[in-house]
Amino acid sequence: MAQHHDTHAPHGGDAHESHGSMKSYVLGFVLSLVLTAIPLILVLNDIVTGNAADVVLLVTAVLQFVVQLFFFMHLKEEKKPRYNLMVLLLGLVIVLTIVAGSIWIMKYNMVSH
Amino acid sequence: MKITKLSDFFVTGDPLIYGADVAIGLTMVAIVVALTAFKRWGWLWREWLTTVDHKRIGIMYVIASLLMLFRGGVDALLMRTQLALPDSMEFLKPDHYNDIFTTHGVIMILFMAMPLMFGLFNLVVPLQIGARDVAFPLLNSLSFWLFFMGAMLFNVSFVIGGSPEAGWLAYPPLSEKMFSPGVGQDFYIWGIQISGIGSLMTGINFIVTILKMRAPGMKLMKMPMFTWSVLSSCLTIILAFPILTVTLALLFIDRYFGAHFFTLDMGGNPMMYINLIWMWGHPEVYIVVLPAFGIFSEIVATFSKKRLFGYGSMVFALMSISVFSFFTWAHHFFTMGSGANVNAFFAVTTMIIAIPTGVKIFNWLFTMYKGKITFELPMLWTMAFIPCFVVGGMTGVMLSVAPADFQFHNSYFLIAHFHQVLIGGVVFGYFAGLYYWWPKVFGFKLNEKLGRWAFWLWNIGFYVCFMPQYVLGLMGMTRRVSSYSWDTGWWSWNFVSTIGGFLMGIGFLFQVWQILHSIKFMKRVKGDPWGGRTLEWSIPSPAPFYNFAITPKVEGRDDWWRRKELAAQGIQDPPPKYEPIHMPKNSGTPIVMSVFWFILGFGFVFDWLWLIIPGAIGIAGTMLYHSFNYDTDYYVTVDEIKKTEAKAGRVV
Ligand code: HEM
Ligand SMILES: [Cu+2]
Repeated sequence: MAQHHDTHAPHGGDAHESHGSMKSYVLGFVLSLVLTAIPLILVLNDIVTGNAADVVLLVTAVLQFVVQLFFFMHLKEEKKPRYNLMVLLLGLVIVLTIVAGSIWIMKYNMVSH
Repeated sequence: MKITKLSDFFVTGDPLIYGADVAIGLTMVAIVVALTAFKRWGWLWREWLTTVDHKRIGIMYVIASLLMLFRGGVDALLMRTQLALPDSMEFLKPDHYNDIFTTHGVIMILFMAMPLMFGLFNLVVPLQIGARDVAFPLLNSLSFWLFFMGAMLFNVSFVIGGSPEAGWLAYPPLSEKMFSPGVGQDFYIWGIQISGIGSLMTGINFIVTILKMRAPGMKLMKMPMFTWSVLSSCLTIILAFPILTVTLALLFIDRYFGAHFFTLDMGGNPMMYINLIWMWGHPEVYIVVLPAFGIFSEIVATFSKKRLFGYGSMVFALMSISVFSFFTWAHHFFTMGSGANVNAFFAVTTMIIAIPTGVKIFNWLFTMYKGKITFELPMLWTMAFIPCFVVGGMTGVMLSVAPADFQFHNSYFLIAHFHQVLIGGVVFGYFAGLYYWWPKVFGFKLNEKLGRWAFWLWNIGFYVCFMPQYVLGLMGMTRRVSSYSWDTGWWSWNFVSTIGGFLMGIGFLFQVWQILHSIKFMKRVKGDPWGGRTLEWSIPSPAPFYNFAITPKVEGRDDWWRRKELAAQGIQDPPPKYEPIHMPKNSGTPIVMSVFWFILGFGFVFDWLWLIIPGAIGIAGTMLYHSFNYDTDYYVTVDEIKKTEAKAGRVV
């Protein structure tokens, strides 16, 4: 514990890294809500359908992801070695695999089509 | 669910279940009476239930998972008994058989292998890297209690409400409300979700611990191999478990709110579930086997008295597997009909990942080459693992040949394959680890003679049980059947297989006896009973609660071995200069919060709002309480360190 806590206030109220301001949190929250509302409204009311709907869903999902990373995960403020960044990149690879792989597998599924 | 009569709530009608009811009731009464009679409630609460000490949490994981191994094992033997009596429809009726294979699979993977693995993480990793605890000790305790409550929630289903019966991965449409209207499937979802949160947090906790809390001087490439394997396993955990959580959440939404993600109608598609669940499921098998590879590496080096051959290649193999395990998932559903391109791609990725796995076998063999090998129990299990895993791996490569898999799929060939890698790899590995680190944890070794009996029973039993199943698979016997007719010609192979199953059961009993015997005739050992190489062997056994009186300064791989060599040349460590040690305080928050999770889960299972609401309030309340609790840590004085060290026979 010793080497760990030397840099921390005892109860984990870490003071050494900035953790964003009220303004950035509120902004991030509002952006998340908007990005959630857009696809819901568009799809539930059948305003977009088919491929266009897929594109809207994917784009808003990706933007949502970016918002979360910058406003809540504080990606920019990390010190070296940038483990968060490394894991994030790996995570992106996995997410891409999940999405693209699923589309590929389901698209050519002879039983479902 | 509306309960109108007792049999809506309790499972009734089966003598096996009544027997279990009585056994559970009596055990609980016995525990309560014993705790009260010996005035041990306060002790239990202070020393164990609220502990944040990774060593004690590790012990609790091990105890819980061995109990689960017992239950999963009894389930297995019930099934094997039924399969040896093919036309008796009385022993296990088909739907009871469904309950049991589902429960067996879930328990063995999620409530036996996973927690036993977490137990070993906890017992070993902080000691191997010279840390005083994990990075987040309270979170660690919360992880344990969430696992425990999740496991209990899953386990009560067989006496209350009814077991799930859609297989260990709960494929829809069978697991949807339409085909599984009972509460069993909901117990499955909530049991796994609650313990899954714990698993994810453990993954995070150990990654941070390993990256941030190593003793000064221990560069990444100086870490012990077990620590590397834990890092790779945890990396896979944090990437894979969210997939499971989301998939089961979608299934829950289908069942609870009537959505149509995986239903047959209204645009749902069950195949999407199968696709998603295996994106977790395949990495999961690597999650549990990677730490076993780490264990074997430590043991082979120690008992060959040589440093591990090919350290760098081993690190590379472990870390690449943890990433590549994400690119093979479709080999679990070659027969689903995704077309030749998809199947060809995933067949190739599967064969490729066998390469780093195979490399490691050579690392171990070359480590042993010209070593002064001794065959104590940990080494014995390692020796048994190697041929077993090689054969299991090769049948795996056979399964990965997509066209051939149309024949093997869901047959007993598959059952034999995955039991061979799970038992021969994971279970043997964790057993080896338990035997190896047991003296570090408890301060005494386990009896060698009884251990050898258990070892041979397990090993002979294993081959007698599972080799016939490869044959049965090729003869066309499919998995998940509870009876078959005599003209299939399957009976004799099944009968032999059942004998093997019971041999393993007896092996387990020998291990229980071995533990009890070794406690009764306890022979204390010193800090380093095997001639170990890594830091955990540099401190007394059992380790003092603060682990290291002085944080070690690491200069090489196998640092303890290096220090022993220096000492042999007469170069001694400088006399210790103690400083107060900063430690986390015990806390009741994790267990209390986990009880509320249990209440919430139980409420959702029966759809009882009056239980869901207090559960949710309790969870939020404990979280809030903890956020405002600043009294979480303390210092151990130099005086107390000196006293503790002197008691452990150290020069102070
Ligand atoms: C004592 C040794 C064991 C025996 C005798 C045994 C026996 C069995 C049997 C008879 C089945 C059902 C086959 C069927 O009807 O489809 C089964 C399924 C299964 N077993 Fe084991 N088992 C053992 C240990 C384990 C271990 C250690 C694990 C995992 C770590 C495991 C994981 C599974 C899984 C995942 C299934 C599939 C369940 C399903 O079909 O949903 N087993 N086992
Ligand atoms: Cu797989």
